[in-house]
Amino acid sequence: MDWLADAARDLAEAAPRWNFIWLYDEKSAGKILSGIWMTIQLSVACLILSVVIGLAGAWAQGSPSRIVRAIVQGYIQFFRNTPPFVQLLFFYFALGQFTPTWSPDGWLEIPIISNVGWAIISLSFFAGAFNVEIFRAGIEAVPESTREASESLGFTRSQTFRYIVMPLAIRVSLPALNNNLVNLVKTTTQAFGIAVPELLYQSVTIWNDHPSAQYPTMLLLFVVYIVLVGILVAGMNRWERQMRIPGYGA
Amino acid sequence: MTWTPDRPIVSVRDVHKSFGTLEVLKGVSFDVMKGEVVCIIGPSGSGKSTLIRCINALNDIQGGSIAVEGIEVGAPDLDKLALRKKVGMVFQQYNLFPHKTAIENVMMAPTLVLKRDRAQVEAEARALIAKVRLEGKEDSYPGELSGGQQQRVAIARSLAMNPDVMLFDEVTAALDPETVKEVLVTIKDLAAEGMTCILVTHEMGFAREVADHIYFTDRGVIVEHGPPATFFAEASDPRTREFLGQIL
Repeated sequence: MDWLADAARDLAEAAPRWNFIWLYDEKSAGKILSGIWMTIQLSVACLILSVVIGLAGAWAQGSPSRIVRAIVQGYIQFFRNTPPFVQLLFFYFALGQFTPTWSPDGWLEIPIISNVGWAIISLSFFAGAFNVEIFRAGIEAVPESTREASESLGFTRSQTFRYIVMPLAIRVSLPALNNNLVNLVKTTTQAFGIAVPELLYQSVTIWNDHPSAQYPTMLLLFVVYIVLVGILVAGMNRWERQMRIPGYGA
Repeated sequence: MTWTPDRPIVSVRDVHKSFGTLEVLKGVSFDVMKGEVVCIIGPSGSGKSTLIRCINALNDIQGGSIAVEGIEVGAPDLDKLALRKKVGMVFQQYNLFPHKTAIENVMMAPTLVLKRDRAQVEAEARALIAKVRLEGKEDSYPGELSGGQQQRVAIARSLAMNPDVMLFDEVTAALDPETVKEVLVTIKDLAAEGMTCILVTHEMGFAREVADHIYFTDRGVIVEHGPPATFFAEASDPRTREFLGQIL
């Protein structure tokens, strides 16, 4: 790959605004790689947690208790109707003040929830609010008569939900879920706002040090997200195909 | 009060049921003895489906009482699981679980609800599928089966819970005439084995042949009832005569 590094060096000299610095500078390359890795970790954690929140919320929404339903509705309204970036800042700066600290070395006081932790929590709740609505739509698509059949076989409410309603609802929900999870991966860039060293954060530190690398690094951002989201979508489509039921239209 | 086989297995007493302000059942009473086959007939909207849905507590009742083997269905502290172990139900639209194969549909309730051993349940499920004459279709999904086949899987699924009473809610109404027969044969076999069956049906030929007792309902009340021979020959109420005149 030396030829690539040399070519990048030559280009940087010939065209000072097109300094592909991470192709030849090891420190910058390291930042990019660790940024990508952090973005992947952040995305995977938020994907899983937001789906769990979505399922739990959709289940709670079917609760006979009005209070439980009102709480879920309030949660959805709050997280869906406010900007995720403001949520992130609020979680980290406002709630972060009240988190207990611990001291691994008896010297430094470290909050038990780091900025990465807050980013995961706040983004998961944000995407989770949409997932609740997505799963709810899927649940409503399961015919009442199918539920009655399982009820008359002696299934409890949670057994009906787990074994009958949810497997069918997920199949209906997948296309919409797909969209929301794509948005979630892209929204992880906002963790930049609380100094989570994900890809955008690392990129900005690179172009702050080397303004000549700004355009190339922006291009790299696009490429990385196209690839990451592409992988996610390919995975989701595969899942959708695997879940297809022979002779069933959904 | 414990139930003994010399008393009615299903006892319906002066049942009233309303949906909002619409009163669908206006004081319905009848008894079913163990091993009896009872057909409920009547025009659409007469409340017959509602009536059998009340028997396994899919609909609640506003007045009167229903008891199945001594279990008060209308009681606020009703043990629904205990009731549903005794009562199996088959629906007009089959309502199979579309994401499960035929045999999985049959096996689900015994393994999940009764927490029984899987291998044993599977052996019984295969036997049930054979009993409804669907050998070879064990691993087909409902979407790959015809309506009549799906309905027979639904019957096997209910039987897997080993119920004492089977409810059939217009189970042939969504089928074409040829497949109606295969489902009716299955039910006839069940009746011959001594299963207590309560059917809501429009199949008059079937009712005449298999039923021990026929009830005719209209506008929320039982207008007329009797064993098939007398019911079809001597129906006296003008509403019954008009209905039978249209159907027969």
